[in-house]
Amino acid sequence: MTEQVDILEARPSAWQRLRDSHLWHSFVTDRVAQLSLLVFVAFALMALLAPLLAPFNPYDPAQIDILNSELPPSWEEGGDPAFWLGTDAQGRDLWSTILYGTRISLTIGLCAVALQAALGIVIGLLAGYFGGRIDSLLMRFADVQLSFSTMMVAIVVLAVFQATFGTELYQRLAMLMLILVIGIAEWPQYARTIRASVLAEKRKEYVDAARVIGLRPARIMFRHILPNTLSPILVISTVQVANAIISEASLSFLGLGMPVSQPSLGSLISSGFEYIFSGAWWITVIPGGVLIALVLVMNLLGDWLRDVLNPKLYKG
Amino acid sequence: MIAFLIKRLVQAIIVMFIISLVSFSIQDNLGDPLRELVGQSVSEEERQVLREKMGLNDPFLVQYGRFAVKALHGDLGTSYFFKEPALQVILHKLPATIELVFGATLIIVLLSVPLGVYSAIKPNSLFSRAVMGFSIVGISVPVFLTAIGLIYFFSIYLGWMPSFGRGETEPVLGPWETGFLTVDGLQHLILPCISLASIMLPLFIRLIRAEMMEVLQSEYVKFAWAKGLAPRRIYFLHALKNTMLPVITVGGVQIGTMVAYTILTETVFQWPGMGFLFLEAVNRVDTPLIVAYLIVVGAIFVVTNTLVDLIYGLVNPTVKLTGKK
Amino acid sequence: MALLEVNNLEVRFGLRSGEVSALRDINFTLERGERLGIVGESGAGKSVLGFSILNLLSRPGYIAGGEILFEGRNLAAMSARELRSIRGNRISMIFQDPMMTLNPVLTIGQQMVECLRAHRKISQQDAKRIALQKLKQVYIPSPEKRFDQYPHELSGGMRQRIVIAIGLLMDPDIIIADEPTTALDVTIQAEIMDLMLELCERNNVALILITHDLGVVSQVTKQAMVMYAGRIIEQGPTREIINDAQHPYTQGLMNALPQMAIPGQRLNQIRGSMPPLQKIPAGCAFNPRCEYVMEVCRSQLPEFTSSGGCRVACHLVAKMKLEEAAAQRVEEAN
Repeated sequence: MTEQVDILEARPSAWQRLRDSHLWHSFVTDRVAQLSLLVFVAFALMALLAPLLAPFNPYDPAQIDILNSELPPSWEEGGDPAFWLGTDAQGRDLWSTILYGTRISLTIGLCAVALQAALGIVIGLLAGYFGGRIDSLLMRFADVQLSFSTMMVAIVVLAVFQATFGTELYQRLAMLMLILVIGIAEWPQYARTIRASVLAEKRKEYVDAARVIGLRPARIMFRHILPNTLSPILVISTVQVANAIISEASLSFLGLGMPVSQPSLGSLISSGFEYIFSGAWWITVIPGGVLIALVLVMNLLGDWLRDVLNPKLYKG
Repeated sequence: MIAFLIKRLVQAIIVMFIISLVSFSIQDNLGDPLRELVGQSVSEEERQVLREKMGLNDPFLVQYGRFAVKALHGDLGTSYFFKEPALQVILHKLPATIELVFGATLIIVLLSVPLGVYSAIKPNSLFSRAVMGFSIVGISVPVFLTAIGLIYFFSIYLGWMPSFGRGETEPVLGPWETGFLTVDGLQHLILPCISLASIMLPLFIRLIRAEMMEVLQSEYVKFAWAKGLAPRRIYFLHALKNTMLPVITVGGVQIGTMVAYTILTETVFQWPGMGFLFLEAVNRVDTPLIVAYLIVVGAIFVVTNTLVDLIYGLVNPTVKLTGKK
Repeated sequence: MALLEVNNLEVRFGLRSGEVSALRDINFTLERGERLGIVGESGAGKSVLGFSILNLLSRPGYIAGGEILFEGRNLAAMSARELRSIRGNRISMIFQDPMMTLNPVLTIGQQMVECLRAHRKISQQDAKRIALQKLKQVYIPSPEKRFDQYPHELSGGMRQRIVIAIGLLMDPDIIIADEPTTALDVTIQAEIMDLMLELCERNNVALILITHDLGVVSQVTKQAMVMYAGRIIEQGPTREIINDAQHPYTQGLMNALPQMAIPGQRLNQIRGSMPPLQKIPAGCAFNPRCEYVMEVCRSQLPEFTSSGGCRVACHLVAKMKLEEAAAQRVEEAN
């Protein structure tokens, strides 16, 4: 949850600085980017304020009545105005469950990407800065890691973990495990980009200058090179959060992620899928729509950032 | 050529060694083979005797050696659930998964190349914009949601397509039965293949477009125009051949991802393939089956990566297949 | 009728930030077998000019006005099909960097034969025969072997020979060579330049040589034009321009040549640098860097003044010519 707070707090100050920049100018003229950011902020607020916005607490068994199960949304025939998006198979209010589910999905996505970025940045900086043997060793490692598909590794690790420790313990640790698995699997994305940036920056004079003044390598890297690699990090992160959310949802759908008692969007869809044939479409379709919208706006933002931060000379 | 093959073979052996090590550790830590064999009713002393007899108290390396020797002979243990050799159970399900991957690959190759190339040549046309819009939506929809959406619309709402299983299949060779030869089998293949293709297709369209646009800016393409060649030749020979080099490399990695996604697709469509079987095995803690799956999937990875490297070497003249770059 | 006649050519680029002119008021003619040098710093628009002659500008550049008459036919207004029948056939181009010009995934032979077969109905065997013959003309040793090799198997000098051979395949009327030796080792630059000259002379091919090197221009070409910020500032017979440069910019270029420096002293560089296309100053584009800048240079675009066989766009030269003429009139009156 702290991740979301950070992002929301960081935004106003960042906006001030960006006021005159190319980024700001492009944002003002790009409808898609504006809409995407608006929707994303709305999702972030929904996630952050879920306990306040939700009429029910889906984790509280006392508030759940199995007699209310599978009620359609309030505008459909047979709907109950108390549950405006209807209820799921266990009688939980779908709107509340979606709010909490979005919160879980976003938290896992952001934390996992924070972990990827931390690992990738450190490894990329080390490889790029020191070069030589360290570099080739780390990059070979990245190649191997990349050649195994993330999904495959995650499925196997989580499956084995679940089989070893039993479902009950697994369910308690699910969130942590998802963050760890998704976080560890994709660091090469960052490491490669950072390494390339470092190699490019390293040739520039100010790094030599810093070294001549007698600054230590670590200080040079973090204070001087890192700020120059922020654009690529920002672009990758946006897309990676979207991917992490998809991965989490897929794993949860397979029953290897969040348990039904504490559902993310993916596990909610999974639990609803059983009822889709009996006509209870809303348990699957509504969270599915939310998930797609969330991932789509992040991808659109990522595309926009990439276009703006790597400005091309050509229009076409 | 021979040097290249030997080098690849060595790499393959190393990868398979690592996978087997991982698999063995899983088998070693997961579940108690003794309990599976004799149940709970045996006394502790008898258990110890049995453990000793089965070699379960031997050092790790000795046990691994035994495992590896057996694995090389195709013996990966007996599935607890099916009471059949695990490898045989997996191989029995392999054709269904391969047909699924094949169908999806067909869709991806047939659509991504023309769409990617077109949207690179005419980036501002309405159709290209539509393709790009579709592709960004495409990468944002998880495979299982595409699958559910297709089932909901085509199977439940319209009732045009079957929603689960393989339908009628024709025996071809050994355990291989194909769904490609019967109308019913093909109908059952369509939706799962589309779902599986749905996440890769937009990825490839975007990749091909980006690479192609870069290649079209290159000096050698400008020189080709200056030579007065026909646009068709420039686009589809000069530019496309260079575009496909990075695409082939990425494609090789994506095949691995696709195997992972078959687990999702097979689950939604209850497709009787390896992925579905694997998930069942996980739920039943059927360790030999889990291990067998890992080894078979590892082998598929190794084989496809080698093939992709080979194709890359054949297409790209700057890579000599003699082992040196 | 001149072989090539360019009238009032204007090229523009449609950038995100707005339209900019890359070339303005370009006028020149080229006769059969003649050699013309186009000189200028990078960014002066000389390469753009080379590409626009073949109407080969890539987005966002386009020909905004003027005409390019090749044997009386306007290349700027031709259909794509007609243009194709001229490119590589009647007018061919040689690019700067032979490492980048040849397609890395096609053999030398493929890249030669395809050009022949694009312009002539000819069998594979005949095409190969012609290609081998051209490879011999550019002194490629064992052409049969090279024919089946890929570009990466050859050295830079060898590749540029092959590019030249491709340029000559159809016995064109004009070759446009854009810095053909810049990317090569110094040791083989002269070799390649001599080869090009020899071949142009032997086949009576007109050559447009685009370069930043006044020295090369003086050795190779009969006519020359100097470009600055998208405009021609001085054009005429090479000998006159070299021996008696009128425009302060041309003089600056001449003085910057290493041959002109006194040993032990610094080279005489022109101070400042060429402005980017979006920021070309009003009046004479060279005025911020000009030693002799006058008030009028900052507001008014200079017209061309004739000086001997040359045309010069400079207020100072115009003023001097006027004063000269006035003095002459006074003399005559006396």
